[in-house]
Order: sequence, then structure tokens, then C-alpha cells
Amino acid sequence: MALSRLISFANKQMLGKLAVFTAIMFAFGFALVPIYKKICEVAKVNDFMRPEQVKNTQVDLSRKVRVEFDSNIRNLPWTFKPEKTSIEVHPGELTTVVYEVHNTTGRAMTGQAVPSYGPTEAADHFRKLECFCFTAQTFKASETRQMPVVFLIDPKLPRDVSTITLSYTFFEMPGAGTPSTQAPAGKLETNMVGTPRQAS
Amino acid sequence: MASIPHDAVHGGHGHDDQHDHHPTGIKRWLTTTNHKDIGSMYLWFSFTMFIVGGIMALIIRAELFQPGLQVVNPEFFNQMTSLHGLIMVFGAIMPAFVGFANWMLPLQLGAPDMAFARMNNWSFWLLPPAAILLVTSMFVPGGSVAAGWTMYPPLTVQQGIGMDLTIFAVHILGASSIMGSINIITTILNMRAPGMTLMKMPMFAWTWLITAFLLIATMPVLAGAVTMILTDRHFGTTFFNAAGGGDPVMYQHIFWFFGHPEVYIIALPAFGVVSQILPAFSRKPLFGYHSMVYATASIAILSFIVWAHHMYTTGMPLAGQMYFMFATMLIAVPTGVKVFNWLATMWRGSITLETPMLFCLGFLFLFTMGGFTGLVLSLTPVDIQLHDTYYVVAHFHYVMVAGALFSAFAAVYYWGPKWTGWMYDEKLGKIHFWWSLIAFNVTFFPQHFLGLAGMPRRIPDYNLQFADWNAVSSIGAFAFGTAQIFFLYIVIRMIAGKSGVRAPAKPWDGAEGLEWTVPSPAPYHTFETPPVVK
Repeated sequence: MALSRLISFANKQMLGKLAVFTAIMFAFGFALVPIYKKICEVAKVNDFMRPEQVKNTQVDLSRKVRVEFDSNIRNLPWTFKPEKTSIEVHPGELTTVVYEVHNTTGRAMTGQAVPSYGPTEAADHFRKLECFCFTAQTFKASETRQMPVVFLIDPKLPRDVSTITLSYTFFEMPGAGTPSTQAPAGKLETNMVGTPRQAS
Repeated sequence: MASIPHDAVHGGHGHDDQHDHHPTGIKRWLTTTNHKDIGSMYLWFSFTMFIVGGIMALIIRAELFQPGLQVVNPEFFNQMTSLHGLIMVFGAIMPAFVGFANWMLPLQLGAPDMAFARMNNWSFWLLPPAAILLVTSMFVPGGSVAAGWTMYPPLTVQQGIGMDLTIFAVHILGASSIMGSINIITTILNMRAPGMTLMKMPMFAWTWLITAFLLIATMPVLAGAVTMILTDRHFGTTFFNAAGGGDPVMYQHIFWFFGHPEVYIIALPAFGVVSQILPAFSRKPLFGYHSMVYATASIAILSFIVWAHHMYTTGMPLAGQMYFMFATMLIAVPTGVKVFNWLATMWRGSITLETPMLFCLGFLFLFTMGGFTGLVLSLTPVDIQLHDTYYVVAHFHYVMVAGALFSAFAAVYYWGPKWTGWMYDEKLGKIHFWWSLIAFNVTFFPQHFLGLAGMPRRIPDYNLQFADWNAVSSIGAFAFGTAQIFFLYIVIRMIAGKSGVRAPAKPWDGAEGLEWTVPSPAPYHTFETPPVVK
């Protein structure tokens, strides 16, 4: 029947259109990944993985903030600890602290440190100028290295925050080759202190 | 559904496929392309999964009957909460409404079958393997998914092989839903009887058309999200893995881009069912048909721009929280239009309270309550307090169970006589309604109190202060569970014709629509010559 053939043709056309739409939506799901990163960049959310530019470092001598340093390891046979577990600083004061990492294995390994802050409102006021967390770190067999973090606390830190915890977790990057190709979200150009770029 | 006399009315049509001499026994069901057979299979599958998910819910409630750990260990408890959610959403509620769509859309639109009958068979038969993957994942080392039905990383990136089975199950369920939706859209847009314009379509067809578009827009995104988890787990990608610059919170954004429309994927067909049944038993046409259509479409569009209200505690900027709060509150407007239209439909109607109508009234009352608690939760400052508490659990069970499930019951009682050719037992139906209504409220109303008092969800143990209301809630849950076994009994009695009352072609005098012009039970083939709608 001519009519039924017509309907069947229209149905196939519709099937094609809807299938294309479905495929586009599948691709859209993956497109959300760069969109999300871009939005985070623009909104300055989640922006802890790159050096910050600090212009005016007015030191607020009227108060002191206690900064505690914490270190964790995930799936890595390394030892990782801060030189001092806590210090007291004035907001606005440029400070350097050192973490020490020792690769306990007999082979080269690459890891990535990820910072987090407590309390959460401290995160927006903790400015890192240099950090080993800005790039992946490769350690030769049995290598020990001291790595600095240079930071200051923004004097705009709310007055009720008197203690900030800076916690790093080192994750293994399985199969990581040269660290320079493994730069995380923030796309860094700066080569930081203590991050020798070397092939493993 | 052996009662369908599938050889009854289809002589002399000379069509070119296999319908005339279809196989019998199990092969009939494996190879069938008949929308009624497939609709019945969807409904039976859905009920089976409803019982499986229900047993999981009862394990949860048994554990929560008293503080402390008595029945299951916490790892298993986590698996139960996760699987219960996944199975109820993807295995029970969604297939139930696809089942109704399969059975009723061709009948309501005057079409001989669904547009792609073979694909229809395929989309059903994808479901059992997915269900088997989900259920058997409990028995692999490490157990099934245990990070909640939302499958948030980083937990789901770290879990055992059970998570891989779950990911594949979600892929398969997604493929099934997408094919089902393509079928439904094509059927509705291309296969309507002559004269049936879009604006003359029954509301059930309208809500399903919009739902199907939501499905094909969001299911692929969910498929993408779980694929990212899969590649993070096995192929060294770092979409959500913080070590490589990924972000677990990004998963939540992608998931809820699917997840919030999913809420309306479940709710809209339920709205459609209610919009059919309320006018039938009020003996008045649906009030504000056009505004109903526009309200449904607005809800669907708005559902895409509110997803992050599930994520107020992830540290969004204030502007984001404000935007998502106001956008979410905006959804109350079209939803309110619907509720007021339903009320106006009943206004001065000649109302009788048969079981389908009772379930619709139960829906109206309880769904509106669930909507109001949703409005409470949309307020960012309140939500930050109530996030992941039992208040949220109470809220979404009011809209999912009293909303979607009650309307599914209403649909079974309303269209059941058309499917089986027999009336159900009205007295038993009413008992089922009151039993479900009371047990439901005993189960979930106290959870509002628990949530407001701060009891966290997804935790197998709780503080002593929550003990009393948890005990009440567990008793209600077991009563609700047994009510559904009673429902099975009612349905089997209906199929077997135990009520002794044969269903006429139009058992409800106020009902409207083409489905009531065919005999009851509906013949195996209907509308091979399209009816003309004036």
C-alpha cells in the first residue's frame, strides 16, 4: 500500500534524525568536560594548581594565623612529610616551608600532589607562589628531595579563621612518562623550583 | 498474560510480516513484535524488579529498625541503598511507564502498532540482561556498586568489578531507553490516525512525547558519564581522578545534567496518566488542556537548567547557588498550573471513587506534598542543612512512590480491564489503595522528622534519639511491601477472571479516547484500518 510505504519512509527518516540527535547528546556529555574546566577557570573555582600573582603584600601584624601542614600518600611507596608540622604567620607575610619526599623503591616513579584546605573558606585566601603540586614530580630510584612551598595568606582572610590546614595528597600517576606532558588542569608554563623535568 | 486471545480478530488483512502465524510458548515472547505483548512484558519485568528493589528496601528498613548493627554489615547495607535506587529507577518505574506507552499509545492514537516493531522487541529484551548484571554484581568479589545510585567518584573509581558490571548495566539500560524513546516519538509524530492533530492527542501521549525527548537528550549524557568512570578505572584517563588533574565534582555536574531531567522522565508520564483518569471519574473534560501541554513542555525545558540544586554543598560560588535556587523555584510555576488544572477538572464534577480515581487522588495529595518539600529543599540555606539527610529521602519518595508508583497503580486499574477483558475486584482494589496509602505515610512521613533532626541518609546505624521514628518507619515499610504482594494477587485474579465481571469495551462511563472503541480484551491486532478522528 502506497500510504504504508510512505509512513515507513517517514519513520525511517525520523529514526535517522533522532539517532543523530542521540549521538550529538553523547558527544555533548564529553564536551561538558572542557566546558566545565573553562567555567572553573573563568569563575576562579578550584584554581589551586597554579602559581598565583601577588601584588601588594601588606603584612597584617595585628594577628597571627597558625598554619598546619599535613601530608598523605595514596598508592605510592614513598615517604612524604613536611619539615615542620605547623608554623605561625602574619597574614600577608611571604613564607617558605619545605616538604621532603623519599622514593623507597628501586625504580623511577611519578606522582602528583593535590592540595586541599581546611576550613574551606581558607582556600580562597591561601596564595601559593611556588609549589611542587603545580606539576607532576618524578623521582629516581631511591631519590630523596626537599621541595618548597612559597605562600602567603591574603590579609582579607576572615578574622574568625585562626588556623588553616594545608593538606597534600600524593597520588601515583601510573604510566606517566615525562612530567612535562602531565601538567594538570591549570596548564602551567612555569617550571617550579624542585621540579626537574626529566624523562623517567 | 495468557488471557489475551491473540488469534481472535485478525483475519483477512493480508499483511506482509509474521503476525498471522506467530510462534507459541516461549518463542512467542522472545520474537514478538506486537506492541501489546511487549507492553505486557515490560509491565511484568517492571513488577519483578519492583519486588527485587522492594526486598532491598526492606533489608535497609530491617537494619534501621533499631540503632546499632543487627541484620547486615555496613558494606552490604551500602550495596542495598545503591542497588535499591538503581533498580527502582531504571528497572521498575521507567519500564512500567514504557510498558503503559507500548500498550496504550497505539490504541490511543489509532495506530496499528509502534513505529519500529522489531526495535521495540530489542529494547525490551535488553532489559533482562541489564537486570541480571545489576543483581549478580552483588555476588562478585567486592560486591556491587556501593556508592549510592548516583555512582559518585572517587568511590566508584576505586570499587571492585561489581562497578564495571553496573556501568555496563547502565549502558544497556540507556540503550534500551533510547530505542524505546525513538520508537515512541516516531509513533506519536508519524502514526496518528487521520484527523488526530497534536492538540487533540490524549495527555498521556503528550507527556510521553515530551518525556521521550528528555530521554534521548539525557540518557546519552549519562552513558558518557559512566563511560568516563570506566575509562578512569581501566584506561588511565583522569576525568574524575584528582591525581591527573581531574575533578570528582565534575562527575556530579555531568550526572545531574542527566539526573534532574530524569526526575521528570519519571514524573511526566505519571502526570499523563493522572490527566487521563481524573477527567474520566470526574465526568468532565480535562480543565485547561492547552495549558497542560505548555506546562509539561516548560517543566521539561526548565529541568535542564536546574541540575546543580543537587550540589549546593560542593562549594559553588554564591551567584551559582542563587541562580540554581531561583531557577528551581521557577519549576513550581508550571507544576502548580498542572495541580490547579487537576483540581479544576474535579471541581463540580460528578465524581465517583473507583480504585483508579482513589490512586489519582492519593497521587495528587501526596505528590503535592512532595513538591512542597522539594520547594523547601530548593532554598540553598535550608538545603545546606538538610543535604543528605532523611528529609531528602522523604521528599523524593513522596514524588517517586506516591507520585510515579501510585499513578502506575492507577493506570493498571484503569486500563487493566482493557488488557485482560475482566474487571478487577473493586473491593480488593480499594483495600490495596488504603493499605498502600496508610503504609506509605507511616513509612515516609516520619522520615521528614528524622531528617529535620539531622539523621544522615545511607548510614546503617544512627543515634539513639532517632530510634522511635525509625521503628515506625520500618513497620510502615513492611506493611507497604506486603500491600504490593496483595496487588499482585489482585492483578492475577483479574487476569484469571475471578471477579466474574467481564469488562465491556468502555468500562468507565466518563472515559474518553480511542482505546475504549476497541473491544475488551483488546484484540491482538487493532486499528489496522486507521479510525478517523473528527
